[in-house]
Amino acid sequence: MSEITPEIIEAHQLTPEEYERIVALLGREPTLTELGIFSVMWSEHCSYKSSRLHLKKLPTSGPRVLQGPGENAGVIDIGGGWAVAFKIESHNHPSFIEPFQGAATGVGGILRDIFTMGARPIAVMDALRFGPLDDPEAGPRNRRILEGVVGGIAHYGNCFGVPTVGGETVFDECYNGNPLVNVFALGVFKQDEIFLARACGLGNPVIYVGAKTGRDGIHGASMASAEFTEDSKQKRPNVQVGDPFLEKLLLEACLEAMKTGAIVGIQDMGAAGLTCSTCEMGSRGGTGVEIDLQYVPQRETGMTPYEIMLSESQERMLLVVEKGREQEVFDVFKKWGLDAVAIGHVTGDGMLRVKDHGKVVAEIPSRALADEAPLYDRPHDVPPYRTAPMEAPEFSSQDLDADLVTLATSGDLCSKRWIWEQYDYMVRTNTVRGPGGDAAVIRIKEAGVSIAMSLDGNERYCYLDPREGAKLIVAECCRNLATVGALPVAATNNLNFGNPERPEIMAQLVESIEGLGEACRFFETPITGGNVSLYNETLGEPIRPSPVVGIVGLMETGLPVATEFPEAGLSVVLVGGLGEADETRFGGTQYAKAVLKKLWGLPPALNMEFERRVQAAVREIVRTGLAESAHDLSGGGLAMALAECSFGPSAAGAEIRLDSPLRPELLLFHEGPSRVLVSTAQVDEVRRIAEKHGVPAPVIGATVAGRLTIENRGVRLIDQDVRRLREQWEEALPSKLGAHVAV
Amino acid sequence: MKFGVVVFPGSNCDHDAWYSVTANLGEQAVFLWHDDPHLGDVDAVILPGGFSYGDYLRCGAIAKFSPVMSAVKKFAAEGGLVLGICNGFQILVESGLLPGALVRNRNLKFICRHVPLRVETTNSPFTSAAEKGQVLRLPIAHGEGCYVADERTLDELEAEDRVAFRYLENVNGSQRSIAGILNRGRNVLGMMPHPERATDPLMGSTDGLAIFRSMVAAMATQP
Repeated sequence: MSEITPEIIEAHQLTPEEYERIVALLGREPTLTELGIFSVMWSEHCSYKSSRLHLKKLPTSGPRVLQGPGENAGVIDIGGGWAVAFKIESHNHPSFIEPFQGAATGVGGILRDIFTMGARPIAVMDALRFGPLDDPEAGPRNRRILEGVVGGIAHYGNCFGVPTVGGETVFDECYNGNPLVNVFALGVFKQDEIFLARACGLGNPVIYVGAKTGRDGIHGASMASAEFTEDSKQKRPNVQVGDPFLEKLLLEACLEAMKTGAIVGIQDMGAAGLTCSTCEMGSRGGTGVEIDLQYVPQRETGMTPYEIMLSESQERMLLVVEKGREQEVFDVFKKWGLDAVAIGHVTGDGMLRVKDHGKVVAEIPSRALADEAPLYDRPHDVPPYRTAPMEAPEFSSQDLDADLVTLATSGDLCSKRWIWEQYDYMVRTNTVRGPGGDAAVIRIKEAGVSIAMSLDGNERYCYLDPREGAKLIVAECCRNLATVGALPVAATNNLNFGNPERPEIMAQLVESIEGLGEACRFFETPITGGNVSLYNETLGEPIRPSPVVGIVGLMETGLPVATEFPEAGLSVVLVGGLGEADETRFGGTQYAKAVLKKLWGLPPALNMEFERRVQAAVREIVRTGLAESAHDLSGGGLAMALAECSFGPSAAGAEIRLDSPLRPELLLFHEGPSRVLVSTAQVDEVRRIAEKHGVPAPVIGATVAGRLTIENRGVRLIDQDVRRLREQWEEALPSKLGAHVAV
Repeated sequence: MKFGVVVFPGSNCDHDAWYSVTANLGEQAVFLWHDDPHLGDVDAVILPGGFSYGDYLRCGAIAKFSPVMSAVKKFAAEGGLVLGICNGFQILVESGLLPGALVRNRNLKFICRHVPLRVETTNSPFTSAAEKGQVLRLPIAHGEGCYVADERTLDELEAEDRVAFRYLENVNGSQRSIAGILNRGRNVLGMMPHPERATDPLMGSTDGLAIFRSMVAAMATQP
């Protein structure tokens, strides 16, 4: 066995102090295999060593929460004996190095997290962040990354048979060298059929199922915990290769095997592969696990114990099965043509013991790996990193119509049809509302209810004020759900940040977490799980703080209200009113970004109490069938929301008359929250409900055929042909990509 | 009526077809396992969408060797109704039950959307409940749905009134906008669009029911 040198320790991204801790825990020097095992389990990706301390501040329990953080996914009660499991995970670093496979295996990983628990995945959403497609230098690479990522998600999700029903795509220079790929998945099962990742029952066999183990992805977890440098491209072999067909078989086989009643515990092999699954199952079960690597199915010859333990080959699972009932499980996997092999058993000594042909190659207390990982209180006693000025620049629009076109054709606000039409968003025939709206809606056939879900993030707001930005994201997510009539019940989050060893970055993380906690507590959406992705920096340049939040809501199954105006002749009501704005709080808007190309000041002001009342009012208006359409205001403010409402098949636009002292740029494009556009034929009823909730709901105009016009105090600000504007909005993304567009 | 829905490893619209036939049509349905050469007492067979055997090599190319397909061929030869949807259509052409081939969409991308289709013939057990020229709105979801065949085959399909559906907007570049075709016996239909995804108002269209209702009517009049 080679001696452990400081160079080897450093190559494993362990600090000298962490190494000392390993020696103390073991009471001896580790072997190389053991060092490898510690390095992945104690990586930021697996141990959350920088964030754990602060994640404790998040609310995690509530009346509907059946399973909070700590398992493969959170689980909530949806009534009638049914439950849904859901979680979000990032695959940022692999997607930069190899976009197609990086994104594909990101989808595969989160799907396994869901069906490991016994739930059948029924929906996927993605939050994607790329550098600008027209960036003078990085543009071609950004376009390639986008095409690869979207292709990878489509490849995996479509073949697996899970609908990709929504998400969001944002472009910003800060992602030039560091794209984000966050994948959310949700599955459904019966409450009494939840499986946990625990190794229980002394002597029970540990069974390996699924794909054979190869050398791919070794040290993926520790790669995901380091900043990018010029030689990151050399890490391409670290990115795993996904096989969605195999995953589909694994899904069907696992769900069928679970029905035998012989499975005691089950855990997927994701980051850190066999290492993570064995020691986490032992740690959670309060037991030990002993395996012999000679039994592990391998697709390459000559693999060392180190390589087998650290491989991140995809589509593999670890099962603990009731002793004596192995054959029942083997039979199911054989039916689906999959490998299933007993590789060890559960022990009572709390040790992860790895043998190779009978010889012990690693022997570590499971708890040391899983629960006694280092915990850092990283310094964060400085203001969060920002270089943006507080003061607004001088600006004055020459042509507000042109500004609206600029916004409608900007990367963030243009139609994302080119992306989501590559995803099968209808498979499983549950998609009541697919991509392109405020929230996706999936019916649960078995339970008779529907699940609404929304993904959101806003790195500009969070950069200006991480705490307020995070709260605004939660508010927006909940508002999206309210527009379809759903009640938000639980959340998951993906915290994408830079290097936590820099206090000003750590301050961003801490502020964001505290903001998320505050808002999720307020809106009663406990966070049941999630993911932290740190070190999102390239050559010392961090991404903007990018927390992404996914919120799940419940509603009755039925045809959802439209996002767009369905016809001319309806009243347009702005529930929540015109809102407040000033120039300082205008600096994070899409107008500032796309038209002025600047960032300054503060994010829009959020009054959570008012927001909650607006949401309650909208939910009631939608649920009572009074709304013919409902759409919340977000990026691009009132004008952009009105344009989006006009992009429906009816091509109904609106004639809007406002009465506001605000200057036109602010009036049209400010992004003050707590506002929803409703079109209705029953204005009095709508206003009565709004009034009951103490929410202003001015009638600002009426829907008309084919045009969108906006006036303020008699001055015409906007006059657009909606079909023409819609065309520009639709064509923006394909033309930025130089893509061939399907007819 | 009893439909048999074939399950290949990698089928992923099998449950959708089953649900649509049972819950939305009120008929019976059973699953037929790819490894089983017996179809039992089913009145019609559905080859559902998905990625049979991972669609490695070519879409549908491995499925044609499965035991269930030899039974399906026999069933079709005896006049049994076989409906191949999406991957099922690809399997039917690979198996030689239908002519031509399905290649990558013209834009080289997977496309998922509702498209309008024109019913080209009502002279079939799959379209008798529709009107000739009627426009059905059905979803497509495929990466390889561009129908190609040699000119003679295309002429023959048209001359023999075997083009069941055409795209009104030719989304995938199919020759002569062909979306679905019949065999000579008119008892085998292959189509890229998904009628089973359009059998419930919640899914945005019920136009797919016309196809399943035609099948039920045809089976009811069979001896």
